[in-house]
Amino acid sequence: MENYVVEMLRIRKEFPGIVANNNINLQVKQGEIHALLGENGAGKSTLMNVLFGLYQPEQGEIRVKGKQVKITNPNVANDLGIGMVHQHFMLVDTFTVTQNIILGSEPKRGTVVDVKKAEKDIEELSKKYGLDVDPRAKIRDISVGMQQRVEILKTLYRGAEVLILDEPTAVLTPQEIKELMNIMKSLIKEGISIILITHKLKEIMEVCDRCTVIRKGEGIGTVDVKETNPNELASLMVGREISFTTEKSPAQPQEEVLSIKGLEVKDIRNVLMVKGLDLSVKAGEIVGIAGIDGNGQTELIEALTGLRKAETGDIRLNGKLITNLSPRKITESGLAHIPQDRHKFGLVLDYPIGENMVLQTYYKKPFSNMGILSFKEIYKHANKLIEEYDVRTPSPYTPARALSGGNQQKAIIAREVDRSPELLIAAQPTRGLDVGAIEFIHKRLIEERDKGKAVLLLSFELDEILNVSDRIAVMFDGNIVANVKPEETNEQELGLLMAGSTKQKAGDQ
Amino acid sequence: MFTNRLFNILVPLISVFLGLLAGAIIMLAFGYNPINGYQALWNGAFGSGYFFGETIRQVTPYILTGLAVAFAFRSGLFNIGAEGQVIVGWVAAVWVGSSFEAPMIIHLPLAVLAAAFAGALWGFLPGLLKATKGVHEVIITIMLNYIALHVSNYMIRHVLSDGGDSSDPIANSASLASDWLMQITEYSRMHYGILIALFAAFIMWFILEKTTAGYEFRAVGFNPDASKYAGMNVKKNIITSMIISGAFAGLAGAMEGLGTFGYMPSHSAFTNLGFDGIAVALLGGNTGLGIVISAFLFGALKVGALNMPTTAGVPSELVEIVIALIIFFVASSYIIRWALLRLRKEEK
Repeated sequence: MENYVVEMLRIRKEFPGIVANNNINLQVKQGEIHALLGENGAGKSTLMNVLFGLYQPEQGEIRVKGKQVKITNPNVANDLGIGMVHQHFMLVDTFTVTQNIILGSEPKRGTVVDVKKAEKDIEELSKKYGLDVDPRAKIRDISVGMQQRVEILKTLYRGAEVLILDEPTAVLTPQEIKELMNIMKSLIKEGISIILITHKLKEIMEVCDRCTVIRKGEGIGTVDVKETNPNELASLMVGREISFTTEKSPAQPQEEVLSIKGLEVKDIRNVLMVKGLDLSVKAGEIVGIAGIDGNGQTELIEALTGLRKAETGDIRLNGKLITNLSPRKITESGLAHIPQDRHKFGLVLDYPIGENMVLQTYYKKPFSNMGILSFKEIYKHANKLIEEYDVRTPSPYTPARALSGGNQQKAIIAREVDRSPELLIAAQPTRGLDVGAIEFIHKRLIEERDKGKAVLLLSFELDEILNVSDRIAVMFDGNIVANVKPEETNEQELGLLMAGSTKQKAGDQ
Repeated sequence: MFTNRLFNILVPLISVFLGLLAGAIIMLAFGYNPINGYQALWNGAFGSGYFFGETIRQVTPYILTGLAVAFAFRSGLFNIGAEGQVIVGWVAAVWVGSSFEAPMIIHLPLAVLAAAFAGALWGFLPGLLKATKGVHEVIITIMLNYIALHVSNYMIRHVLSDGGDSSDPIANSASLASDWLMQITEYSRMHYGILIALFAAFIMWFILEKTTAGYEFRAVGFNPDASKYAGMNVKKNIITSMIISGAFAGLAGAMEGLGTFGYMPSHSAFTNLGFDGIAVALLGGNTGLGIVISAFLFGALKVGALNMPTTAGVPSELVEIVIALIIFFVASSYIIRWALLRLRKEEK
């Protein structure tokens, strides 16, 4: 008999109208990193919420260290040594690391909270697992990666032996991901078991021991990571073959569509973030901007699209100066924009998905006539796009909020690409999406290129940059520091360039 | 089990019912008979032609102030200044109505439009400050309420009369009052304004749901960032929305000045029409039809309450408590929503 710390057997969980989990088995061994793999909406989070006591399963049993248990709420899960790090952190910004960690289980001396002792305990824990967290720092002053470690530390402080990490790398930079992987490895050395929820195959191959796959709420099976490969995992997850290296013919760049000269942009804090940047994108090519988050990419895109004022510099679209024009004028000049934050910018979540598909064109014929909307035309258009771009929605009248992230993104892409723009700016177009959706989006970007459009792709995923771009512009400290061809470079070199080494030095190493 | 539509109707209905129930308990606790009390309330609102006419008279400005608050709210703004906009609208209507005589077909529309224009101006100021300087509209509108109140008293004393406590009466050619309506309602003060109010409710529904401008207003209300991304002029939308909102409230002032009173008395305190409009909008779910219905309820409660002290001996303060309780239950309607959802779940 194997030594399992957590066993979930034949779990079934229903919600009104759908079966979120059906007959799923998950068995986690002591001291392993166990991946839970599935597409968006496959039921991973539901399963973990069952384990964490947030949902009660209709069927099936849960065993912890061989003993059958009933986890009725998260406190029971905590007592059983199960801790969860959610995708969205639950930290108080103005509190210190220590205050956040002890919140709810404060060590007391008499009636006073013993912060000194807590700080010492946390420092020791942090050292033991190689987390390198300063217990006195305030949450708002530390990086996202560090905040995640605080979350991990919080569960460890409460005595967790099984750690659930819900898509922990979604918010991290490549460097931080590497560090997290090391932390995970040192955690299992100390006997902690980890359940890693993810749809990133590379991470599974790198750190996980075994992997359980769920597809559309059904348990597909558990495989040994050593005996599998990314292609097999992907087809298990999606249920069909997936190609990773996006098929594309060589680019045939033509005349210049976007030209940026000497652009300077400040951020909200009035700090100069884009510092005299030059960039050019031609028709029929995809230019990928690689760089670590916070090097001025967001400000660059916002200045291009008219959302932020440029201090100085020329932005030209097909020769026409568009610097500091209104977003509407820029849109009408032939620019489409898939925004980085689809909830904040891309969609009016309370509007039906159909009405979101005319967000920039609602005032034009045939959608509007003399200031009166034609809902007939709007929904005719929506039905066409929904079909063409395979947006899965119960109806075009469904609020955008009710759609899954992947389908929301498909709707945005449908809207932007359908306008047939001269320049398509795609900022992190596949963030948080599963491989099926990513494949779809990459194909669409390349299609646009083949139609002779210019595409500017911003991404923090090096794979994406390397796979999709025809030319890579590396952005560091508000400038393009290198222009490289994807076939002549690799992740190591890009990583160094992104960290600010010059092309020369990167070549030497 | 419930469709969403039914659900949206059920929640305010239950809120009102719980409010009435709580009111009954309070009446019992203070030794009054709630059945007699509510009977008096009902009779006071609908018991005769006179009471019914008075109820309609009260409903008229409530619809308009409700629309004012709701219109701003749908664009993401909280217009707490409907009160001040009512007052300036009232002043403008009476000013135009009393300072000259002209054929009714010119004079009456002119006086009504003057009220709408004055209210719009009073809405424009906070809209402008919000859009250009980022000053929160709640602060500005509260301040403008006081300015409106005291300026109106000055105007009444020095411009609209010769040092009197109320303005000169308006000319007949600017009056909304109707002998016919008064006759069939046993000489209540009901006037033609109700038609204007109902038409305004239709206008609000039409603008918000059917026009390109309404698409923008609602988009800005839901998500200003996405609206900006989509190329909408968020600042222009904020200002326009406040202008339209203020115009609705200004019209409510015209109802009082040209319909109910025919003049403007000086006020030592607020009329409360604008503040009650917040509750009307809330109960009506910020939609045109919903506001007409909830204004009807508030109007009936307000007018019917006057009958409770005389007929049932229940002090009118208690009726205000009942109204407050209804608002309380509406404001906390998420509790009712939650309970209904639980119910729905269990029946599955």
